[in-house]
Amino acid sequence: MHIKISVQVAAFDTGDETRELGRVSNQVGAITSFTGLVRDINENAGVSGLFLEHYPGMTEKQIAQIIAEAGERWQVLAVTVIHRVGELLPSEPIVFVGVASLHRGDAFNACEYIIDFLKTRAAFWKKEQSVDGPRWLTTRDSDVETAKAWRSTER
Amino acid sequence: MVKVIFFASIREDLGLNETEMAIDGESTVADLVKSLVECHGAKWSEALNRENTLVAVNQTMVDYQHVIHFGDEVAFFPPVTGG
Repeated sequence: MHIKISVQVAAFDTGDETRELGRVSNQVGAITSFTGLVRDINENAGVSGLFLEHYPGMTEKQIAQIIAEAGERWQVLAVTVIHRVGELLPSEPIVFVGVASLHRGDAFNACEYIIDFLKTRAAFWKKEQSVDGPRWLTTRDSDVETAKAWRSTER
Repeated sequence: MVKVIFFASIREDLGLNETEMAIDGESTVADLVKSLVECHGAKWSEALNRENTLVAVNQTMVDYQHVIHFGDEVAFFPPVTGG
């Protein structure tokens, strides 16, 4: 499996990343991707920006572990995970998960699995800047439940 | 000594990115927290003993009963909110 993991301040180009996934092998028959953007409404109204921090070293290891788990469940040829940190503005992309596989089923499932666990298991923290001032976000119960649901489908 | 690092809201609450702490042999994370609180005061007790505060030793998630050793890197942080 080709794996690319990047935690970075810089923006990314989803087109470039998708094309790169398609070039890893002639066996690739399906590429799925998820791109997460900063919303201007979240727990608070009038979000003017986000600050994201991570735990250098540990975060990347956790992402690699999540990708490895996806690779055990589905036939995956390549995975790219890019997660941005630092100051971000509404509508800017935060996260990209791309999966290349032989068939679409594996690509869809692996992509969803990886983003679901990125949200609950990778060491990133978001601080929201809104009209009410700055505030660290708390884990969403719905994200925890979504991740738990995968556990019950363990093979 | 162990290196102790803090992230996100805990880092801001303590006003510190990282510190160092001497430990005795066979110390647990809980022992380390006790030493840090003795050294720095009640504000640290509140932040490090929150029900949802997480701890990692050498970049692996552990619990407060985990035994730490000289040279370890111990990190405290709140639940993660990435993606």
